Amino acid sequence: MQVFASLLDALAFTPSRNAKLRLIGDYLRTTPDPARGYALAALTGALSFSGAKSAVIRGLVAERVDPDLFAMSYDYVGDLAETVALIWPEHPRNAPPPTIDTVVDELSAASRAEVPRLLEAWLDVLDADGRWALLKLATGGLRVGVSARLAKVALADAFDKEAAEIEEIWHGLEPPYPTLFDWLEGNGSMPDPGAGAGFRPVMLANPLDEAAIDKLDPSTYRAEWKWDGVRVQAVSRNGEQRLYTRTGDDISGSFPDVVAGFDFNGVIDGELLVRGEGKPGIDGLVPVAAFSALQKRLGRKRPSVKLQQASPGMIRAYDMLFDGDEDVRGGTFDERRARLEAWGTTAPDVFDISPLVPFASWAELIEIRAGARADGIEGLMLKLGAAPYTAGRPQGPWFKWKRAPLTLDLVVMYAQRGHGRRSSYFSDYTFGAWTGDDTLVPVGKAYSGFTDKELAALDKWVRANTTDRFGPVRQVAPGLVFEVAFDAAQRSTRHKSGVALRFPRIKRIRWDKPIEEADRLETVLALADG
Amino acid sequence: MARADQKFGWLELRPGGLYCAPADIYIDPGRGVPNAIITHGHADHARPGHGKVLATAETLAIMGVRYPADTPETQALAYGERITIGGVHIWLAPAGHVLGSAQVALEYGGERIVVSGDYKRRPDPTAAAFEVIKCDLFITEATFALPVFRHPPAEQEVQKLLTSIAQFPEQAHVLGVYGLGKCQRMLSLVREAGFEEPIYLHGALIKLTELYQGFGFDFGDVRPVAGTDKAELATALIFAPPSAIQDKWSRRFQNPRTAVASGWMRVRARARQRGAELPLVISDHADWDELLMTCKETGAEEVWITHGREDALAHALIAAGQRAHPLCIAGREEEAA
Ligand SMILES: [Zn+2]
Repeated sequence: MQVFASLLDALAFTPSRNAKLRLIGDYLRTTPDPARGYALAALTGALSFSGAKSAVIRGLVAERVDPDLFAMSYDYVGDLAETVALIWPEHPRNAPPPTIDTVVDELSAASRAEVPRLLEAWLDVLDADGRWALLKLATGGLRVGVSARLAKVALADAFDKEAAEIEEIWHGLEPPYPTLFDWLEGNGSMPDPGAGAGFRPVMLANPLDEAAIDKLDPSTYRAEWKWDGVRVQAVSRNGEQRLYTRTGDDISGSFPDVVAGFDFNGVIDGELLVRGEGKPGIDGLVPVAAFSALQKRLGRKRPSVKLQQASPGMIRAYDMLFDGDEDVRGGTFDERRARLEAWGTTAPDVFDISPLVPFASWAELIEIRAGARADGIEGLMLKLGAAPYTAGRPQGPWFKWKRAPLTLDLVVMYAQRGHGRRSSYFSDYTFGAWTGDDTLVPVGKAYSGFTDKELAALDKWVRANTTDRFGPVRQVAPGLVFEVAFDAAQRSTRHKSGVALRFPRIKRIRWDKPIEEADRLETVLALADG
Repeated sequence: MARADQKFGWLELRPGGLYCAPADIYIDPGRGVPNAIITHGHADHARPGHGKVLATAETLAIMGVRYPADTPETQALAYGERITIGGVHIWLAPAGHVLGSAQVALEYGGERIVVSGDYKRRPDPTAAAFEVIKCDLFITEATFALPVFRHPPAEQEVQKLLTSIAQFPEQAHVLGVYGLGKCQRMLSLVREAGFEEPIYLHGALIKLTELYQGFGFDFGDVRPVAGTDKAELATALIFAPPSAIQDKWSRRFQNPRTAVASGWMRVRARARQRGAELPLVISDHADWDELLMTCKETGAEEVWITHGREDALAHALIAAGQRAHPLCIAGREEEAA
């Protein structure tokens, strides 16, 4: 438990993704079974214990600590598990600390009434870090900034495997994963993922290098619209239905309306969208609502019936991994496409099929892409007709080709310090457009895109032009223009300006541009409506 | 004003600080006074502008480095050496806090008062170990006077740093340390743990480290950051004041791992606030258990509490049967009376 505690402690304070991968990887390589298996389960959120509620922990500490001192301490520390971990009275320990496998085994087997005494006995033999880790583990919220996906990538890296291989078999595995570690260490064969409704790792596209497009043979590629939704995997096998994100997070609970319509057998790759209203969209397809409608639904673990009716989910399918029980990933894109289209004629109503975009030459496709500003379209996808479905991000078969970004000249209004390596610079900026009465209204916020030299110059400018401070945020006097690129503008009632920019990023600092010449709000609104 | 015939009435809190009237001398006054006893060299205890300063030779030397333009009359007092001023017997005893740190013992009219200054009970290769002095009134600091502050063994925390250096050998490690005491203690601890590479110091840490070296401490190969090649620093262990970590200064290192050594690192929110990726809970102050233990061991019938969480410590001492007052409140009451 102490080694696991050290790992959690290090992870909680380490912002860098690479450093986290190394911390987890080193732990998984050097820790014996079954401890590392349970640690992996904890990091991927695969463990939960019902009897260790915060009321139980409050009760335990009340038996040991003066209530006034506890209140003063809790007030100072701000987190219950941390306060209890730190304040728990220490005595010379007469027993060794428990291992993580003991903790998991005994907590899983314990009745609700037995849990408090178990925790108490462990708290007495662990040190402060160990007690913190125990309480976090038992109450089920590690909150050390590690997603299930990151833990799996770390596992793959640690044993020189592909993350996709781990994903492929993950859903058939149970903690502490003995067959998984046997395989990773070369002592066994790859575990069988079985026929369940598990997630299958997805195939990802690389951005297209437009300058090199002529090197590709247009007749070998197929084009599709790139939809502005969320990539999902719809699984319906042997009577089990699941909806996964592209990283394997199960979001079935957020979209009961979609999953209820999974009356088929197979695994479908597609885009999760919210149905819009009004006239049909591009190619006569069902109209799609703005991304904000989807975002709202993604944020609800248990959406109300009202929300489901107001923003009904649907899936626009573009690939097939399993046709019934048959794994078709080894087939070519064209073969899978033929199966998908055939399936589409009888597919449940929550699906429609993303059409191919016919083209004869790159020149023609470039023109199509330039004209594609319809709702819900982000650009184009190019897929090699002869390519199998390969998990991960292989170079070559799939390209994403976002439409050219829109740009606006906007005035800097607020600056904020960045994180990690950039924490000493002002790297996050809020910018605004001019309104009718010549005041500025914020329309977006972005960081990124600066060189260190530019950051230093901006830093100096911000310091010299600060008019007010709110915590880490500085308000600056209008005086500097950014050229901001973004993918789309959308009407938004949540923003004071009435408009929100999709994926804004700072393209250039316009030191030369007078602020009076920056764009006006009506221009931004026109982009949202056009 | 306190009355001299009242119990402990010969030591009172004045706007300038703790004042011993019969000896006409202040202890750690917050502003310039004619006569001062200084417990140790930290800026919140040792200020410039006094007429005459009484302290250990080490503390006087530290003040000389910190305030080169300040030239009070000085009198060095060795630990245990007694002097009498205005009928008050005065001597200094080790406080274990930093080099030269002292408790002040005062005897007058059959009463003995000990003013702890800042202190710790853990061993520190760079500070003489705390000595318990039996007394009637003990005036204690309370920096970490909450039961959540229980410092782990310093060796265990140093090991965290060395483990990170081994695990991330391609990154620089920047350790935030206070310039007086923590810096030199950490240098000693890191060396004791077997780290033999050069250690690079931020400019603000150099003078005081040289002063320690002048008193005979050996910190191995210690070099200034200034003037050192960027490539050499890219994988090095660097010490800097905590404030420099979030400051422009740290930009010279590519992707460093940032550590901070301080008792405040015990609380996660505080550690995050400081931008520490590697919080090392190493303190030069007594932790909660040590505060309680020390107050008990002095046998004092009364404890005055200053510098920190007076409320929690007073609550615990009273519960344990000792008389205890937060000093700031006692001071205010006397002023009002
Ligand atoms: Zn001090």
